[in-house]
Amino acid sequence: MNKKPGSRLMMWVMIIVSVLSLALTVWALYAGSHNYFVLDPKGPIAAGQRDLIVISTILTAIVIVPVTILTFVIVWRYRDKPGRKAKYDPDFNHSTKLETIWWGIPIIVIAVLGIVTVRYTYALEPSVAIQSQKQPITIQVASMDWKWLFMYPEEGIASVNSITIPEDTPVRFELTSDAPMNSFWVPELGGQIYTMSGMAMTLYLQADHQGTFFGSGANFSGEHFAQMRFDVNAVSDEQYQTWVNKVKTESKPMSMETYQSLTVPGTADKQTFSAFPEGLFQQLVTKYLPGGLAGGKDRATHTTPSTQINEKESEEGQSDMGTNEHDGMEMNDQESTDTNTSN
Amino acid sequence: MLEKIKDFASDFFVTGDPLIYGADVSIGLAMIAIVVGLTYFKKWGWLWRNYLTTVDHKKIGIMYILASILMLFRGGVDAIMMRTQLAFPNLEFLHPEHYNQVFTTHGVVMILFMAMPFMFGLFNIVVPLQLGARDVAYPFLNALSFWLFFLGAMLFNLSFVIGGSPDAGWLSYPPLSELQFNPGPGQNFYIWGIQISGIGSLATGINFIVTIIKMRAPGMTFMKMPMFTWSVFATCVIIIFAFPILTVTLALLFIDRFAGAHFFTLDGGGNPMMYINLIWMWGHPEVYIVILPAFGIFSEIVSVFSRKKLFGYTSMVFAMLIIAFVSFFTWAHHFFTMGSGADVNAFFALSTMLIAIPTGVKIFNWLFTMYRGRIRFDLPMLWTIGFIPCFIIGGMTGVLLSVAPADFQYHNSYFLIAHFHQVLIGGVVFGYFAGMYYWWPKMFGFKLNETLGRWAFWFWNIGFYVCFMPQYLLGLMGMTRRISTFDWDTGWGPLNVVSTMGAYLMGVAFLFQVLQIAYSIKHREVDTTGDIWDAHTLEWSIPSPAPEYNFAVVPVVDSRDPLWVEKQRRAAGKLPKNPPKPVYAPIHMPKNSSIPIIMSTFFFIAGFGFVFLWTWMAVLGLIGVAGCMIARSFQYDTDYYIPVEEIEKTEASIRGTV
Repeated sequence: MNKKPGSRLMMWVMIIVSVLSLALTVWALYAGSHNYFVLDPKGPIAAGQRDLIVISTILTAIVIVPVTILTFVIVWRYRDKPGRKAKYDPDFNHSTKLETIWWGIPIIVIAVLGIVTVRYTYALEPSVAIQSQKQPITIQVASMDWKWLFMYPEEGIASVNSITIPEDTPVRFELTSDAPMNSFWVPELGGQIYTMSGMAMTLYLQADHQGTFFGSGANFSGEHFAQMRFDVNAVSDEQYQTWVNKVKTESKPMSMETYQSLTVPGTADKQTFSAFPEGLFQQLVTKYLPGGLAGGKDRATHTTPSTQINEKESEEGQSDMGTNEHDGMEMNDQESTDTNTSN
Repeated sequence: MLEKIKDFASDFFVTGDPLIYGADVSIGLAMIAIVVGLTYFKKWGWLWRNYLTTVDHKKIGIMYILASILMLFRGGVDAIMMRTQLAFPNLEFLHPEHYNQVFTTHGVVMILFMAMPFMFGLFNIVVPLQLGARDVAYPFLNALSFWLFFLGAMLFNLSFVIGGSPDAGWLSYPPLSELQFNPGPGQNFYIWGIQISGIGSLATGINFIVTIIKMRAPGMTFMKMPMFTWSVFATCVIIIFAFPILTVTLALLFIDRFAGAHFFTLDGGGNPMMYINLIWMWGHPEVYIVILPAFGIFSEIVSVFSRKKLFGYTSMVFAMLIIAFVSFFTWAHHFFTMGSGADVNAFFALSTMLIAIPTGVKIFNWLFTMYRGRIRFDLPMLWTIGFIPCFIIGGMTGVLLSVAPADFQYHNSYFLIAHFHQVLIGGVVFGYFAGMYYWWPKMFGFKLNETLGRWAFWFWNIGFYVCFMPQYLLGLMGMTRRISTFDWDTGWGPLNVVSTMGAYLMGVAFLFQVLQIAYSIKHREVDTTGDIWDAHTLEWSIPSPAPEYNFAVVPVVDSRDPLWVEKQRRAAGKLPKNPPKPVYAPIHMPKNSSIPIIMSTFFFIAGFGFVFLWTWMAVLGLIGVAGCMIARSFQYDTDYYIPVEEIEKTEASIRGTV
């Protein structure tokens, strides 16, 4: 369309750049990961979200594709060129009929998408339990600087940067943080949820397949945020029991002192613990309430943690941990020098 | 003593990074070059009289755009550094801490110190001219707004070499941005850089609302206003409701850090979630603040370069006002994953989707403006045509993100990064470039070189898709934003290489634009018509560049496209070939003032004091600010009249050749 000198050179350069980029992209698609986690769900929540992604993509594409084509057609057909045959009508600037059509089309599409979205919003609400014949297991999660701590209150064991779960069993994650806010995300099992200090969130996930799934912290939390990866191992029921027993017998227990060393900012390797201070999760959640764990640090007067919480926890049946808990509370004010963390 | 000074200096200056030492040297050399250049050519007085103290909206607009191009360079270098670090797995080009600073400053600089001033620059240059006005409603305030922006931006940028840059992300969520996790001065630089320039933004919003309401040419009713001016009006309404929220939020954060309060801390009853809600109550309207003027620019360009009137003017106006209104009810879609529950998420998902409707209508109207037109592919139109498909895809992924349960999977991933870059680059940056190319002749009296502009256009466009399309896929692969590196086993390496290549292509495109501007200044072909594009609106009815007083005689308007209608009438012989000699009257003009730059400098000093918690310095700065306000209050000699003889002389010299 333009016969200026240099335009031919430009055209060739742009074609070459485009072709090279395209070739590079094709290579990247071939050489890189083929794990589109979000589109390859391994559990019911992720599957529901994948379905919704597909539905919403199709619905929007119904409008987007024709409009994009229309754009190119109009730009091509009405380009200014001597001898062009297409009609020129400078005063064609209003048509109630046409404008009603294009207010109408997006309204209809958005209405349909809106209905679908609202339905799924209630169906996939993360704090709602997954329907299943099996009892859900509970895992308590704490994001820390820059590692993940997982606690199994029913088994009394804990792990760092790695979770093992039985397949086909709903998992009730209770999440909090003992560091700047983060986000717990296992894309193959389902969407993420924020982990925030001083509060507990709930997220139900379930793995329908065995395998090791990629998990990571999704909300920026400081220097070594990129190292906050963890694995989710979904195994059979028997393997799960074997794993629990192995951790109980072969790993060391986590004392409050060990926990304090984990709170030192730094990265950490995968670890397992045969026990953890009882009610630790609740103590983290209530840390900033009067009498909470942080109370002693930030205020002049030291207050002991509310006994109510501890009593409630013992009722829920973790009596084997009773002694550790008390030790832990006294560690609270000591500066931890020992560190498990490695950089 | 010497030890003390050494200690102080090693804290005060950023040390230990060769990249920053390199930057120190080049900043120092550039400053020396500027000072020496100005002194050698004896331009200090000229600079002071014509630019530093000016209250002329056209010159202020030029300074805004100049500053924003500098900031585009800075933000662009940040982007290139990030993409280099992420090009391959486990690279150690940037240390994680440095990387965190780079992405933080990239976001802040691009939104607040590149997009906002570019937008304000175009407001300043175009709006009074489109309205047929002599200046904005409050010229002094306008100059003050500029200098507050500029010195706020400089304060923020200073953190790069002094004290250390902020590193808690562009919105600085607490508790990460609180003293407990972020004790250095970097976060204070963030707060005060944005606060100071934010005052300027708010003042600009007020200024342009008043200008548009009070200073339209006789006969120009609201529904005869050019579409760009309408977009400015809608934007300014958002600004005056949104920016106070930002100011209050950052003030509370600073009180937390400075006075040990507990608004957003974890302990003492504070709640970081409040900050996140507040900052997005500003942050979401903010993205509409920057996109609406781009919509206005496209509307002007599409009709001029299709040689047609804008299709569906009334629809366009209502669409824009609906977007402005609904933009205040969508903020929580930035944190669907915060556990607000299904009711809240459903509401914000629906309100977000609602915005797609008026936006879709605008796209249809642009398409049907081109329909049955005669489309010319000059640079402004080229960018507009590049924008449409890019924005359609970006809009589509935006709707996908608004589907709350699906967003649990997109949130904080590279899918999100790709989406907002697509609407911010494809929409805002392309729009402002289109506006710059379109109004450049009005600003300077000559066009920018077409050939080099096309090189830049194609590099930008190809680079954009190469950079950001792979990022959608990376998001679906689980790559999260703000990670400073990733391992080989993730398999994200190859697509990241592609993405980095795209970033470099955009870098090349920017170099072409710099070259284009330099070349066009050297080889300029002066436009004597004042109406180089055969345009429709009033700014093209006067010479380029416009004289100081803009319109020798205030125009009278009776249609939406006054210049187009006038040209048609003249062609049809309905107007006399040689119009009668206009009758001039003395023109009332505002006088230059040195107070805006001085007062802003005091603000800068106060801000610097607050950054390092040097109370004496902060107080000194604030006293200076108060002193400037008092001085201004007692200034009565603030305006003058241009006599008729001078108008006649100016008009004869600029129109003489026509």
